[in-house]
Amino acid sequence: MKALFYIIIGVALMVVCWQLVKLLGLTKKEDQTATPKENDVNGKLMLVLMTFIYVLMVWSLWGTREVLLPQLGASAEAYHIDILFKYSMALILFVQFILQALIFWFTFKYRGTEGRKAYFFADSHKLEMWWTITPAVVLAGMIIYGLMTWNAVMDASDVEDPLIIELYAQQFNWNARYAGEDNTLGNGNVRFIKGANVMGVDMTDKNAADDIPVVADPVSFVKELHLPKGRTVIFKLRSQDVLHSAYMPHFRAQMNCVPGMVTQIKMTPTVTTAEMRENADTKKKFENINILRKSQGKEEVEFDYVLLCNKICGASHYNMQLKIVVEEEADFNAWLKKQKTLAESL
Amino acid sequence: MSDHHHKETFVTKYIFSQDHKMIAKQYLITGMIMGIIGIFMSMLFRLQLAYPGESFGIIEAFLGEGGEGGVITPDMYLALVTIHGTIMVFFVLTAGLSGTFSNLLIPLQIGARDMASGFLNMLSYWMFFLSSLVMVLSLFVTTGPASAGWTIYPPLSALPQAMPGSGAGMTLWLVSMAIFIASSLLGSLNYIVTVLNLRTKGMKMTRLPLTIWAFFITAIIGVISFPVLLSAALLLIFDRSFGTSFYLSDIFIAGEVLHYKGGSPILFEHLFWFLGHPEVYIILLPALGLTSEVIATNARKPIFGYRAMIASIIAIAFLSTIVWGHHMFVTGMNPFLGSVFTFTTLLIAIPSAVKAFNYITTLWRGNLQLNPAMMFSIGLVSTFITGGLTGLILGDSALDINVHDTMFVVAHFHLVMGVSAIFGMFAGVYHWFPKMYGRMMNKDLGYLHFWLTAISAYGVFFPMHFTGLAGLPRRYYNNTAFPMFDDLLAINVVITIFALIGGFAQLIFLANFFISIKKGPKAPQNPWKSNTLEWTAPVEHMHGNWPGEIPHVERWPYDYSKTDENGELWGGQDFTPQNVPIREGEEVF
Repeated sequence: MKALFYIIIGVALMVVCWQLVKLLGLTKKEDQTATPKENDVNGKLMLVLMTFIYVLMVWSLWGTREVLLPQLGASAEAYHIDILFKYSMALILFVQFILQALIFWFTFKYRGTEGRKAYFFADSHKLEMWWTITPAVVLAGMIIYGLMTWNAVMDASDVEDPLIIELYAQQFNWNARYAGEDNTLGNGNVRFIKGANVMGVDMTDKNAADDIPVVADPVSFVKELHLPKGRTVIFKLRSQDVLHSAYMPHFRAQMNCVPGMVTQIKMTPTVTTAEMRENADTKKKFENINILRKSQGKEEVEFDYVLLCNKICGASHYNMQLKIVVEEEADFNAWLKKQKTLAESL
Repeated sequence: MSDHHHKETFVTKYIFSQDHKMIAKQYLITGMIMGIIGIFMSMLFRLQLAYPGESFGIIEAFLGEGGEGGVITPDMYLALVTIHGTIMVFFVLTAGLSGTFSNLLIPLQIGARDMASGFLNMLSYWMFFLSSLVMVLSLFVTTGPASAGWTIYPPLSALPQAMPGSGAGMTLWLVSMAIFIASSLLGSLNYIVTVLNLRTKGMKMTRLPLTIWAFFITAIIGVISFPVLLSAALLLIFDRSFGTSFYLSDIFIAGEVLHYKGGSPILFEHLFWFLGHPEVYIILLPALGLTSEVIATNARKPIFGYRAMIASIIAIAFLSTIVWGHHMFVTGMNPFLGSVFTFTTLLIAIPSAVKAFNYITTLWRGNLQLNPAMMFSIGLVSTFITGGLTGLILGDSALDINVHDTMFVVAHFHLVMGVSAIFGMFAGVYHWFPKMYGRMMNKDLGYLHFWLTAISAYGVFFPMHFTGLAGLPRRYYNNTAFPMFDDLLAINVVITIFALIGGFAQLIFLANFFISIKKGPKAPQNPWKSNTLEWTAPVEHMHGNWPGEIPHVERWPYDYSKTDENGELWGGQDFTPQNVPIREGEEVF
């Protein structure tokens, strides 16, 4: 019933709108293409819109610099991607700046006035040739550079001594498993899920016993995925129920988890958590965040790498996360040694 | 009015009409009602994103249990974004836009008495109406409407255990879409046949207005790609109801292993995006077609590069069918296949750039008549460029890894196809309202509508890119679960404020539209001094469009401001309608 009330308000607003225009005497009959006055006013206002768009662009670029991800990408792959991104972004902003200026400037400059004659200009093969060839050349460059980057990031065929880790997604939780001594994961299938074997590992597989699952800390209930700095990690991704996507924005890494198949992505962390906490961008961002959190009465936080779900997966999709800790290789090895293998924990 | 035709009753004239002009109006009004629902939903979930957890009376009033205490529940939030997407993409911007203007303009601009099959045309509308009805009804089932995103990827959409929306709501969604696709196919076949067979004497394909070219090519893409979505939906129905495993394999949910084996959700994604990407152009091309016509008419200049424009439409249409994989770079698809899709995707930028440059050149040295239709058309060119450029980032597989499924994508496609297409639709409504209702819309309300809409569209979607670059995923119910997103709240508030302004601004349009139908000043024969044939038809609608003979076409549609060898305007006016014979000494374009 209340909904009806809101709808009536909406209809009333519409009628008010119309009556106001009528009262102001604006509905008089006139020559129906635009009048010189309308052209003049709206032509000038188009320049205002252009200014608004430019201000918005600058505000978005400048104003958001403290909320974006830290400039420093945290993996070797991020390094390639970030360079390509910067070039692409510079190109886009340049073209955007020029073309918007042309649109709005022409609209203003050639707004209809009495006595203005439009110029009959239907075709120019020369011009059209130019603006077919120029984008084609620029795009050829982008495609070649893009594909070189893509291959560098995705090709995991010649990685020496990778660390193999399985990421296992379920509604609304991440599990992970290190491949252990033999650096080979034991097979898994949902049909093996039982009790503590939450990832459905086939324990009759000889590669399974030494696998090391990531378990929650008994006190804080926080799960931590530890990664060594400088060693390439190959993630094998599986899902138990629906599509999920393992997204690690700081490392510029993402891959979907697809039920029924194993997907893969490689990533080489290059910045430890401790180093990233000292990064100027990160520091500034988390200073701001903590000021904000204080004003909302929440506890302070410090920076942590995070793995989040980036494919709609149900009600708690927005809160499906796993903490990532990147540390020096020696610290990592020491940590891994302390963890229990599957054989010990099941 | 139509005394030389059979007598019409209220039912045959207004309801089960086979007249293309009435069917066009029916499409428009239905599309507008769906649009109101879709836009209103977006305003509600924008409230949640800017003010997470705060209570709003309006949310409780409209969402009931899904908004208990004035706060949207996570399930309801997903339902809202899903239905918002579905309604806007299919019901407003496919049927509402293409259905309205293809029906109105194809017979009138090519010089035909009506569509090739009036009956199929009527059937097409009524199936669209039925599918809209089913979609709206699905909002009221107890488990909630479909909530798996408008892309309805299985297994989420296939398993009621995964989310409540995948129960009866999803079934109704699939039923509604199946009917919708049938409707769309009937319409498209009719458009193709009509354009090919019913053009008046002298209307060669190379004399067709660009609107018709756009509708024609759009219909062809629709016929090629919509059946694929239908088969995808049917297989999903099989998986959901008959236990098949087309898309499902190895699933453990709600404490038990399901029997599915051997299927793949990736198959669904391929089938879905084989329609899904062409769908973007099914939405966009008609809007660009309308804009071409409005810009040429109001610039009082020929559209620059008519042939290049046609070639671009055809090139875009062709490429659009071989780029779908760029939605799937991070699904585990073979990286080599990803490279191929990057290549084809970035190629689309070439014909798109040609179109943009041609629009800008058409504005150059024109005598721009800045009425509301023209303002929206210029707005379209602006948002088309702003949104299109970020496509270069998303289409590049290496860059897509980090922005895939973030708010960056949401900002990109809303600008390039959402805002652009709806601007094209508004331009079409303002321009052809006199043709539809024989009356004029109010211009001042039109200007006010444009300014508020344009500013809010940019205000919403420009900053949104940067939330995506900060790593914020789409379809997140709220952003408070991750401290790293805490500082995005201020931007989200700005976005929501602009969204509310933009939403309310549409009331101005609705007021203008509905009141002008009754109270607007009577339209003159050719209000915009346009060249195309529809303005030679009488203002009062009649069956068969023209009394007596259909006018013959003697020239292309863009002879604006054409001068003779002395530099004087031909005939003393700056336009020469298509049915005026070529004058002695006139250069034929």
